[in-house]
Amino acid sequence: MDLSEDILQYILSGLSTGAIYAVIGLGFAIIYNSTSIINFAQGEFVMLGGMLTLFFHVTLFLSLPFSIFLAVLVATAVGALFERLAISPLKNADPLILVIITIGGSILIRGIAMLLWGKDTYVLPMFSGDEPIVLWGATLMPQNFWIFGITLIIIVANRLFFHHSIIGKAMRACSFNRVASSLVGINVKHTVLFSFAISSALGAAAGIIIAPLTMTSYDVGIMLGLKGFCAAIIGGMSGGIGTVAGGLIVGVLESLGAGLISSGYKDAIAFIILLLILFLRPQGLFVKGDTERV
Amino acid sequence: MLRIKNINTYYGKLHALKNISLHVGAGEIVALIGANGAGKTTILNTISAVTPPSNGEIHFEGSAIHNLSPDVIVRRGISQVPEGRQIFKPLSVEDNLELGAYLRYRSHEKRKEIQQDKETVYVLFPQLLERRAQLAGTLSGGEQQMLAIGRALMAKPKLLLLDEPAMGLAPMLVQEIFRVIEELRSRRGTSVLLVEQNARVALKVADRGYVLETGKVILEETASELLANKDVQRAYLGKDKKEIWER
Ligand SMILES: Nc1ncnc2c1ncn2[C@@H]1O[C@H](COP(=O)(O)OP(=O)(O)OP(=O)(O)O)[C@@H](O)[C@H]1O
Ligand SMILES: [Mg+2]
Repeated sequence: MDLSEDILQYILSGLSTGAIYAVIGLGFAIIYNSTSIINFAQGEFVMLGGMLTLFFHVTLFLSLPFSIFLAVLVATAVGALFERLAISPLKNADPLILVIITIGGSILIRGIAMLLWGKDTYVLPMFSGDEPIVLWGATLMPQNFWIFGITLIIIVANRLFFHHSIIGKAMRACSFNRVASSLVGINVKHTVLFSFAISSALGAAAGIIIAPLTMTSYDVGIMLGLKGFCAAIIGGMSGGIGTVAGGLIVGVLESLGAGLISSGYKDAIAFIILLLILFLRPQGLFVKGDTERV
Repeated sequence: MLRIKNINTYYGKLHALKNISLHVGAGEIVALIGANGAGKTTILNTISAVTPPSNGEIHFEGSAIHNLSPDVIVRRGISQVPEGRQIFKPLSVEDNLELGAYLRYRSHEKRKEIQQDKETVYVLFPQLLERRAQLAGTLSGGEQQMLAIGRALMAKPKLLLLDEPAMGLAPMLVQEIFRVIEELRSRRGTSVLLVEQNARVALKVADRGYVLETGKVILEETASELLANKDVQRAYLGKDKKEIWER
């Protein structure tokens, strides 16, 4: 294997983890746009996705597809419940207070997961075998293709929902002007609840498709959440293609850094990118000047 | 059709509406005039439940609506064109109109009917048709005002609350907008509660009017009486401007 093949390998696996960060990042952006808060519990729904699938599949012996379905469903319900119990009662609270509450929520969910499943790491079976596929000298697992495929479907569905359905348009209207939205008859409380449900579902889906490759445990949400946050920041919290690009950039740079420099730097790279963006371009990489967030 | 009895609305400690009572009959156009800060916008927002009253009653078509939320008020048939247009700038003109019909989509009304109403808005305001795919934020001020009115009409309101629709528009456009308001009343029987700084124009289309001063109704008369009223002329019709400042 020469260097160019190595680099291709790093880029492809980077794109695959980057796709995961992109989906998690979309979840951050959706909640940010509907509430102006950063939901730091987002990573825990990623963890719940993997752990719940494992629980339904390995502990309860349900089929993998059905386990995945149930895991997304339960994680979505937990997200909605979290909004009802912790966010919605504090109607006019400062966003900062709500952000701190989401941090509390994440600690709580992680703690419950630790009580339920312990501190062990588990591995979820691959969706379709573990026969590696060689592509121009780089090796990919079938799971990588699942990741690419499902991520693509999520991105397209996300776009269709927010740009072509009346509820999606209403959510965008709400993120621009809540009072005007309520004056056309949109129930702002419902859209906030709905945005938490969608974000939890997205997070859970991301956690499920990556679990067979990276293993899962009660605390995987911390790192995955922060990298998804990084993706959303690069995308200027846009909830669109900017965040997707942000995820892919973080994934690829992290993978190249780990491969070419040292794997010890893997997580540091994401944070260096995050800090650079926050210092130099807090509006995101792709947002021109001070134009409106869409 | 709309009857407000003794409402009081506060912003924190600020007593913005003091025992306001007023009514709008079916098919009536009622003007609300008053200086800056008199509480005109607050009255509309109190009706729309954006700033609910702390006491008093609001009845619409015989039932109490002062405890309802803004979306339910729209469902009951009251739509507001808010001060400063407040259209959804990052969305297209077409999307803005569709969102005006949000509740009709949610109650699964036939797409065809909503589509027809959209066409009707485009007939009322042909400029919007040419710009239907454009982002609303790129419209001119006048076009944004048309869009704001069109968006409210998409809900098929029985009562339309208009907050300074003529603000910042050229005289020609003001005429245009008031023509639409009169047309709505004569064609659909829509009642209108109209807030306007430009009292002369407002009182020309209105049947009746209320004059508001620091949160209180100080005068209620027919539009022609108000136009003839010396105090109103001095304070709101721009005659002897100097005296207004001396008051
Ligand atoms: N959100 C708010 N918070 C606190 N005070 C407010 C708020 N909105 C309005 N006020 C105050 O309430 C009073 C009435 O305001 P309102 O906007 O109803 O006046 P207006 O008659 O619509 O004036 P204008 O002609 O300038 O639009 C004013 O003293 C204003 O400063
Ligand atoms: Mg006003």
